[in-house]
Amino acid sequence: METSLKQLREEFQYDKTNNCVQCGYCLPVCPTYTTFGKETHSPRGRINLVKMVGEGKITDLSVLEEPFDLCLGCRACETACPTGVEYGSILEATRAALVKRKTFSIPVRLLRKSMLKKVFPSRTMMNVTGHSIWLYKKSGLQKAARSSGIMKKLPNNLGAFEAIMPEPVSPVERGRALTEVKAKLNPKYIVAFFTGCIMDAMFHHINQLSIKLLSEAGCDVVVVPKQTCCGALHAHSGEMDEARNLAKQNILAFEKVEADFIVNNAGGCGAMLYEYGHLLSDDSEWADRARAFSAKSKDISQILVECGLPEIAARVGERVTYQRSCHMTNVQKVTQEPVELLKKVPGIRLIEMDQADMCCGSAGIYNIVNYDSSMQILDEKMKHTKATEAAVIITTNPGCLLQMKLGIDREGLTQSMRALHLIEYLAEAAGIDY
Amino acid sequence: MKVITANHIQEIDAIIKTGKVYTDESDRFSYSFDASFGTYLPDLVIQTKSTEELVSLVKFANREKIPLYPRGQSTSLSGGPLPVKGGIVLDLSVMNDILEIHEEDLVAVVSPGVLTSNIHKAAEQKGFMYPPDPSSSHVSTIGGNLAENSGGPRGLKYGVTKDYVIGLEVITPEGELIKTGGSTVKNVTGYDLTKLIVGSEGTLGIITKAVLRLIPKPKATATIMVIFDSLVDAGSAISKILSAGIFPSKMELMDQASIVAVEQFEPLGLPVDAAALILIEMDGHPLALQEEVAQASELCRSVGAREVRIPKDKVEESELWRARKLVSPAIVRIKPTKISEDATVPRSKIPEMCERLQKIRDKYGVHLVVFGHAGDGNLHPNIICDKTDKEEMSRVELAVSEIFMAAIELGGTLSGEHGIGMMKAPFMEMELGAAGLDIMKRIKEVWDPNNIMNPGKIFPEPGQKLELS
Repeated sequence: METSLKQLREEFQYDKTNNCVQCGYCLPVCPTYTTFGKETHSPRGRINLVKMVGEGKITDLSVLEEPFDLCLGCRACETACPTGVEYGSILEATRAALVKRKTFSIPVRLLRKSMLKKVFPSRTMMNVTGHSIWLYKKSGLQKAARSSGIMKKLPNNLGAFEAIMPEPVSPVERGRALTEVKAKLNPKYIVAFFTGCIMDAMFHHINQLSIKLLSEAGCDVVVVPKQTCCGALHAHSGEMDEARNLAKQNILAFEKVEADFIVNNAGGCGAMLYEYGHLLSDDSEWADRARAFSAKSKDISQILVECGLPEIAARVGERVTYQRSCHMTNVQKVTQEPVELLKKVPGIRLIEMDQADMCCGSAGIYNIVNYDSSMQILDEKMKHTKATEAAVIITTNPGCLLQMKLGIDREGLTQSMRALHLIEYLAEAAGIDY
Repeated sequence: MKVITANHIQEIDAIIKTGKVYTDESDRFSYSFDASFGTYLPDLVIQTKSTEELVSLVKFANREKIPLYPRGQSTSLSGGPLPVKGGIVLDLSVMNDILEIHEEDLVAVVSPGVLTSNIHKAAEQKGFMYPPDPSSSHVSTIGGNLAENSGGPRGLKYGVTKDYVIGLEVITPEGELIKTGGSTVKNVTGYDLTKLIVGSEGTLGIITKAVLRLIPKPKATATIMVIFDSLVDAGSAISKILSAGIFPSKMELMDQASIVAVEQFEPLGLPVDAAALILIEMDGHPLALQEEVAQASELCRSVGAREVRIPKDKVEESELWRARKLVSPAIVRIKPTKISEDATVPRSKIPEMCERLQKIRDKYGVHLVVFGHAGDGNLHPNIICDKTDKEEMSRVELAVSEIFMAAIELGGTLSGEHGIGMMKAPFMEMELGAAGLDIMKRIKEVWDPNNIMNPGKIFPEPGQKLELS
């Protein structure tokens, strides 16, 4: 019994929970606590559940499943925490420990296996999904959903997403994707561009625009072959081994080029790349290489702020609001750069929404697997978004972009409000076409 | 210990029609703690916005002798909302719908779940101020502040929660809905039950509504930081300033141990060899403030201050306050467990209390840090320790007991603003005497004959001792 409690403490990273003094400063910034309104869905509550496991007071570990499933992993609590609790590590460890013990129902197992292990990491698979209704058709889910009580709701949920899916890119167009572009003027930096899996499959054009803007700004851009999914969705689902494998593949791929920076345009992926050093810290062969990779990893807004934007025509009076990416804010701590770039668009009115730091409820695949909870959180977000009367909502992560599009659609505001990636907006303002 | 049966739950479900009743283990564990010590599992947790449902529930609980524990957001440092005898936790943070500012009457009417900082904001929007400002005010509910009679840095000039409550709506432990006080500052009709309820730590009833007094918001604030080579000099500076007719809104002290901890945590350029520093905030008319800043700086220098830092602008000012804000996060990096006390002494005894604290620190070999609201004598001696180290914790217990004794010997009190709860209960008689404690107990018995409201708090059980290990 002693050893098993010791094991549990290690598995759940119990030691890290002791830094929590239960002051509750995380409560008002937690989207699930403020939306669902009970301590069970607060960071402090979840940390306490892990403490109880480590102290042998909770023995039925399934008690932790719902509270940890419903966490968005936005990590706003880490930013608010006065004592530096590593909530992200506790969350990942707990999910991994729960996943190990859990027997998923067949359809859920199928979903996890097909999406996490086969689709996201595979460039071919993501290209295929890029011009189809990605999740629904390619995961064998359609069939599973019909035969399963649990999944009954999914087709409807996916129906909601279908309406907001971007225009598919034809395989021919995809074949013309930029792989190496020289800087417009004197090159300041050589940057390796990280395409990301969802970003590339669904928002191929934003990647292309990113490369063009980087070149305009004075960067030689290389798209490194053999790069893969960042592994964030795996890490967040407790599939740590798979996340580490993907990290290693990326490190290997990017070591092949001599770049000053590894640049991405997706807040969630960027956060994962930023944490490779931490992810592989116990692996003697990879730890230093992972740290070197993370040190080079930057969000595109950081590079554009430093290198500058092309000339931009005035957009007088356009009301714009920025919905921050949680992982960019709370993990990468990149908060000012996107705002600085927006301020360079002449004439616009940048309006900060109330509770701008609150998650939109997208959170990786949260909005698919926890659809109802996600929509409750989105509805809260849309209240504040609407109050800004903005014509454009700027995002810096593909998940947020889709979710905000969905929010606009749900509110029936498609005529008056657009959701765009920061890069799309800057490119549009600078007259750069896809 | 489970006190609730399946039949009870059926009846409760019938009473709580609009609210929620939680019985899952994950929910019960999530309501088993606060920001102090220990975990106590409630049988169930109830959330409802309906006062009528709560009235029926209290009547039922009184009949069945089921303990009830009112709870806000559980930021309590004294165990206020802990369900130590099992029973039902009432999560009143959901009662957050009423927040009215009545401009002509200079009052705010609030329901108990409203966050204290939201009252601050609403009052300020109309040019008013609700002065009590516990440092957790962006998380804490006004209901919790009322139950514990919370203070904060502005206590020196503006007083504490009880000084701003003029009326309450309360469900008594027997399930009667009563009103105390009213909406006027002056009110001498009968006993002042309002003041009795405020600070009664949830042992006399459930507050369902409160009328709070507001004051006009001062036009501006100004801050200075003063650095001292001796604690006694710091103490004299505080007295000098106050006797010169300057009335600062905040006077926050940091001792050497807290200065060192902050500098190690995040270098801010604080002098680690200084014995103490004081942050002084003054508020009022901008012109008056200019003069007061100059005068206070001069007074501090005259009693031997090493340095007076006057910020050039608001940015520099918030930099200065950052030092104070970082004390708590900085000290828990040393060791994970923080025993935060709030023993309070008459202002003139601050240097003596600081000396006593240093002796206690050395005697028991504990890591003791002192900071807090020096202007009103409300120090926060914090012991930084590791709760998994049993030997250390037994030394901490002895040190904490001596801190309480020192405060009382110097004419002070066990608790300035956190409340008694459980940890300080064993020391009540030491401060109040047997007769003083007995009269409090008899008041409790009259209000709550079946002892259902927050049992196990304030009053010590026979033979109860401070236990941290």
